[in-house]
Amino acid sequence: MAEAHSKDTVDSRADDAIESLAARFPGLESSTYRGQVRVVIGAGVALEFFTHLKQLGFNQLIDVTCVDYLEYRGATRRYGLVYLLTATGTGRRLTVRLFVDDPEPAVPSISGLWRSANWLEREVWDMFGIRFIGHPDLRRLLMPEEFLAHPLRKDYPLQGRGERHNFPVLTREDG
Amino acid sequence: MAIAPDQVTRSSSSGDGVREEDYLWTLNFGPQHPATHTTLRLVLKLDGERVVDAMPEMGYLHSGFEKIGEHLTFNQYVTVTDRMNYISPMANNVAWHHAVETLLGIDLTPRCKVIRTIVAELARVSDHLLSNGAVGLDTGAFTFFLYGFYQREVIYDIFETLCGARFTNSYTRVGGVSHDFTPLVIEKIRTFLRTFPKTLDDMERLLTRNRIFVDRTKGVGVLTREEAINGGATGPVARASGVTRDLRKDEPYLAYADYDFQVCCAAAGDCYSRYLVRMQEMRESIRILNQAIENIPSGEVNVGIEGRLALPSKQQVYSTIEGTISHFELSMSNRGFEVPREESYAAIEAPNGELGFYVVGDGSEVAYRARCRPPSVLHFSLFPQLIRGHTLSDVVAVLGSLNIIAAELDR
Amino acid sequence: MAIELPENVMVSRLDELASWCRKNSLWPMPFATACCGIELMATGAAKHDLARFGAEVFRFSPRQCDLMIVAGRVVMKMLPVLQRIWLQMHEPKWCISMGACASTGGVFDTYAVVQGIDRFIPVDMYVPGCPPRPEQLIQAIIDLQDKIQREGTITGREFDTSQRQLRKRALVDVTGVLQVDAARNPVIQRELRFPRSESRLP
Repeated sequence: MAEAHSKDTVDSRADDAIESLAARFPGLESSTYRGQVRVVIGAGVALEFFTHLKQLGFNQLIDVTCVDYLEYRGATRRYGLVYLLTATGTGRRLTVRLFVDDPEPAVPSISGLWRSANWLEREVWDMFGIRFIGHPDLRRLLMPEEFLAHPLRKDYPLQGRGERHNFPVLTREDG
Repeated sequence: MAIAPDQVTRSSSSGDGVREEDYLWTLNFGPQHPATHTTLRLVLKLDGERVVDAMPEMGYLHSGFEKIGEHLTFNQYVTVTDRMNYISPMANNVAWHHAVETLLGIDLTPRCKVIRTIVAELARVSDHLLSNGAVGLDTGAFTFFLYGFYQREVIYDIFETLCGARFTNSYTRVGGVSHDFTPLVIEKIRTFLRTFPKTLDDMERLLTRNRIFVDRTKGVGVLTREEAINGGATGPVARASGVTRDLRKDEPYLAYADYDFQVCCAAAGDCYSRYLVRMQEMRESIRILNQAIENIPSGEVNVGIEGRLALPSKQQVYSTIEGTISHFELSMSNRGFEVPREESYAAIEAPNGELGFYVVGDGSEVAYRARCRPPSVLHFSLFPQLIRGHTLSDVVAVLGSLNIIAAELDR
Repeated sequence: MAIELPENVMVSRLDELASWCRKNSLWPMPFATACCGIELMATGAAKHDLARFGAEVFRFSPRQCDLMIVAGRVVMKMLPVLQRIWLQMHEPKWCISMGACASTGGVFDTYAVVQGIDRFIPVDMYVPGCPPRPEQLIQAIIDLQDKIQREGTITGREFDTSQRQLRKRALVDVTGVLQVDAARNPVIQRELRFPRSESRLP
């Protein structure tokens, strides 16, 4: 019963979350597609914004990822980061978008707010080469350390640039 | 588990007093080790037998799934999702096309919804059988694993009857499935539902109150509720820590809203609770399956030809003009789906947790970006805090109970 | 001049005797990385039961094994591990490449996946399929046993044939600049330090 009660209060808070956000961060763009609410923020206010979101009850960071809009028709900014948030109390979801550009794309890290951001941001660094300022341990997550490129960028070919052949061959005599 | 002598940290201090480096030593675990099940690596810092710290490393199976997703059409990519969480490929198929259909705005037929629900639940049963079996295997209960694997073979057999592949099924299609249920499939599922609870009872009797197993898993690898939420844990791992969240209930997709079932949770958050949650979830899956298999709606399984989304049947192609046109349009490139220049995220409750895809459409029938949100990554990142203070032999129990699947971890 | 043999004595060539022993005591080392690994488990589990064909003693230590079953795709980060384990196994040893990914890269023609392990280690038997059924793997093991019996010699002369093979590899240099930071790659460093013919992994 107590659970249900607290759920209600959190729910009503989350319902007007967008309005309170818009009041606090003027110029916030928001849109809805298939029932999914998305807001676009600037890199400058990111940390403050996410701290505020966490206070609003969005306590779980589901995913951090990125889209490289290099070949996307009509796109003006190159990298669009995607943060998927959930409020486990109410089940509300929110998608936060943040755009950055070449060269030296960088955004503030939110791994201090959500632990799950730690590895997800490392993966984005590995795959897209976006620096997360303030990240405690920004190393490659998936590719080997000596790898130089960022493979999910659109200017990197699917078959790679020959890295997968750079190994010595063992024949029977080596055994 | 080879100990490299040069990895034993040596002290260089000349002063008095024992420093940490004098007695701590480092052990490399993986990436090729039977108890990691697949390819992941841990560098453990040990004080005698006690784990002081663990440094997980991954990427030993990174195959560029998301990059391939940008080069294959929505229907082709389903073959790649099979190989993602390869102990329950059906659930991945359902997740991928659920995400694509969310982007495209396709509403499935009632029959298709129920069929997908059934295969997803069968996948959940087979996944939990293997993951719990692996926990048993790692803690010394080989018979339990064999019992589980025998029932997995029965589910393989059902899938093989259904779509011809026993393991990597590639079963779903945009707007439908590749093969409709036949009476033989339904009969096999009914037989499975009749016989499986007995095996499940046997398995529970074998392990649930087994003294050795309980001693090795109870109180080991405790994940608190706050840590689970903050660390992004989902699925059985989160539910074993008291997070009452299950997408089947919270965001009912497919036909889950029609069935009576319970969300299985535990409060302790240790390896034993994760085992118990998985065992109980299999029973709930059986409940769902029992309700679903007796109430399959009749009618078309794929979205109709006027929708021009799923390939029409052979019968329709050869006997109706609409069918012929629809088949032609869908087979030609750039004539098929109307894909919005939009992006959306949709997730299902996969056996391992929230499995979602963030799909970006750019007007063509190839995704501009197909991001997979894998539950395993976040579970694996929780590992160091779960193992700190426990012994070396607990590493395998914790790893097994998190059910980390490398292909999903690394993609 | 005929020598009479006692009843319980049989005459054979030493080579054949050695091969017979080897083929019936294959100890597989499962190098299971991906989906094929699950089918490998199924092959060893209750229904298919590899024990019927005398190759069920799975050992996870390379020192104890003489048959490596590479089940699943091998990627850039994993290949040095694979080569190291292959070198740690004792002679005589054989290798089965199980599944399309291990044999050719399969559907994963991407930047990270090695396009067939036979580019980098010797392979005796290929099993097609994605993943192969357990029956196919069992058939491969039977065929390998056959091969061992047919070609095997006690000194391992049959392995010498591979000396005629040329080393296919070079550091592929597609764009003019090596795309991997060679200074930080231990494998390439070792290659550069030693002449090609005497390169060894540790």
